[in-house]
Amino acid sequence: MALSGLDIYKLLPKTNCKECGFPTCLAFAMQIAAKKVELAKCPHVSDSAKQSLESASRPPVKLVTIGSGENKLELGNETVMFRHEETFYHPTGLALLLEDTLAAAEIDKRVAAINKLRFERVGQNINADLIAISCASGKKEIFVEAVKKVLSASDFNLILMCEDAAIIKAAAEAAKQRRPLLYAANKDNAEDMAKVAKELSLPLVVRAEDLEQLAELSKKVTAQGVEDLILDSGNKDLTDKIDDLTQIRRLALKKTFRPFGYPTLAITTSADPYQEVMQASAFVAKYAGIVIMKGVEPWQILPILTVRQNIYTDPQKPLQVEAKVYEVGAVNDKSPVMITTNFSLTYYTVEAEVESSRVPSYIISAYCEGMSVLTAWAAEKFTAETIAKTLNECGIKDKIAHQEIIIPGYVAVLSGKLEEESGWKVKVGPKEASGIPSYLKSLKN
Amino acid sequence: MSVEQVKEKWSNQISTLTIGATKEEGGTRTSKVVVGGESTLPYLFDEGQIPNKPVIAMEILDSEPVDWPCVLKEPFKGVLNDPVQWAKKCVDEYKAELLCLRLQGIHPDFGDASADKTADTVKSILQAVGVPLIILGCDHAEKDNQVLPKCCEVAKGESCLFGDATEDNYKTLTAACLADGHNIIGESPIDINIAKQVNILITDMGFDIKKIAMNPTIGALGYGMEYAYSIMERARLAALMGDKMLSMPFICFVGQEAWRSKEAKGAQAEHPEWGPEAQRGPVWEASTAISVLLSGADILTMRHPKAVEIVRKTIDSLMKK
Repeated sequence: MALSGLDIYKLLPKTNCKECGFPTCLAFAMQIAAKKVELAKCPHVSDSAKQSLESASRPPVKLVTIGSGENKLELGNETVMFRHEETFYHPTGLALLLEDTLAAAEIDKRVAAINKLRFERVGQNINADLIAISCASGKKEIFVEAVKKVLSASDFNLILMCEDAAIIKAAAEAAKQRRPLLYAANKDNAEDMAKVAKELSLPLVVRAEDLEQLAELSKKVTAQGVEDLILDSGNKDLTDKIDDLTQIRRLALKKTFRPFGYPTLAITTSADPYQEVMQASAFVAKYAGIVIMKGVEPWQILPILTVRQNIYTDPQKPLQVEAKVYEVGAVNDKSPVMITTNFSLTYYTVEAEVESSRVPSYIISAYCEGMSVLTAWAAEKFTAETIAKTLNECGIKDKIAHQEIIIPGYVAVLSGKLEEESGWKVKVGPKEASGIPSYLKSLKN
Repeated sequence: MSVEQVKEKWSNQISTLTIGATKEEGGTRTSKVVVGGESTLPYLFDEGQIPNKPVIAMEILDSEPVDWPCVLKEPFKGVLNDPVQWAKKCVDEYKAELLCLRLQGIHPDFGDASADKTADTVKSILQAVGVPLIILGCDHAEKDNQVLPKCCEVAKGESCLFGDATEDNYKTLTAACLADGHNIIGESPIDINIAKQVNILITDMGFDIKKIAMNPTIGALGYGMEYAYSIMERARLAALMGDKMLSMPFICFVGQEAWRSKEAKGAQAEHPEWGPEAQRGPVWEASTAISVLLSGADILTMRHPKAVEIVRKTIDSLMKK
């Protein structure tokens, strides 16, 4: 629960010493409540006040970082059950399983395949995030060897999977600079695993088969001083896992239940490569912080990463593309020129259809604050005047030897005015992007 | 350590829609499809009932598809220009429990088939297969209003599901469905208020609320899926909290949308980094399906038999079977 400014004031020294930079302790307290300043600015605050303030101001789902530097993966800090209520903040980390019992050449092959799981779609780079190395051998030398091999062959973040604390410690030491996630503390090894995590200050998964045991284990491990946890309620049927993930998120958000105030982890269980995609996609949509899976085929991973990209898009901020002239195919100075808005979804839908028409064309994406065609038109961001201005300023005139512009069918009403404003000949394209291929082909004939 | 779980309690439930009528009920269907009736959020079985599983309607066209990629045409080779054989293949070979006939061929640009000819097609399909039928127009309001009432008439008593009624064009179809005892789809453009408005307009004409399905118009995975996902979540929450005019089951045109995206239909030769389209296409359709299932879809119209098989399995595991 967030504390009010008055609650915080009660915990301050109330001396109005001004050393924090504010005229009074109350003013300082108000600023802390508004999250504009850190408590650490007060040099005189007592330790006990510090503690109660810190625990009260902790977010309901702690932010946990795996890895370091540019590649670090941040999970948690989520605030809602449904994305329309605000947004989902930290996209699920997708991890690919690798067993240390694979022959050396097989490890190389699999790591190479995993390294390729990076795609660009609708102007964003999306990629898998982690390699989960499992100590299937049960042998320290083999596990450490495999971890070292992966360390040198991939810059992905790591999950070290081994339930023997001594073995995982050896591997964790070898991979320490990569800040790997340790998997997992269970009811039998929790104390030793917690020690390793604490000593090396690494994030640790706690795993139990039901929510009661998970809560208990989470408390136990945090009591030992481990701060960064990930929660796994065990492998179960799809629906039961969705139920657990939902309960963990709800308890963290609605009850500020601290033992569940951490990101979660889910492992796919299906041996069927298609069902594995379905499971992973479902976990991504339903709150999992990390998903571990076996399949590494691009046709499996691309849809899962796209589900993640969609679900974690901020509903309040439409994705935009850069407003400029785009060239699709081998264009020349006679190629058709189309104009649409800079709403990412609109632009890429148009682009995909132009691509599939195989008619080389220019697409001008006009700056409309990321609105779709009809919305932008209604908001007067996509009008005869703004389009005429865009045509003049975007540089298209230097690329073509004609003056014909194709506008979206939904704004056909702009044609006359636009011809007057711009001097260009205006053609009205289809209303829906799906009509673009036949439209462009008809232009050619 | 005991954990007191946070359980939601809801005051309302989704209406139950029945597609198809057997002999006893005045039709000729050999089976029926019942969807809806949920009194909980998707797949949270502890908080209410999910009496009916979501159902997949396999999509067939009245005329040869114009924009289907090879991967999608391949399984239906030889029947793509014969809707009756196509329907039989879906039922016999792919075990479809529901069919969705899309009347693409009545569109002025794609054949302009007449009302009489189309009604004959509907009759022949109803004779050839025993499963219930969804019948969709071509998104050309004028032509739909000419053809769909005729189809309603020849399918009288079969309790089909007809679509789509929109805010601007609902009267003709609503009246025809009302006269011939069919169910109707109300369509809205990813807009919860219009969805509600369409349902109000349809029920104002005396239409039974239990005979309406809602089409929230989804986008494919990667192409706006998240908009429909959130609209469906919002509508479902409102319905469970008591809003009767948003309590209808959802129908989602998964196949139609998924197969527009280049990730589904693009050839491997052009996108080597995406892997073979034989797997990628069906998986794209199936992934679009799982997304809308998790936000509350009750009926999915789908195209590729492999995608249908994948999603059927997933539905079984979601329903704990």
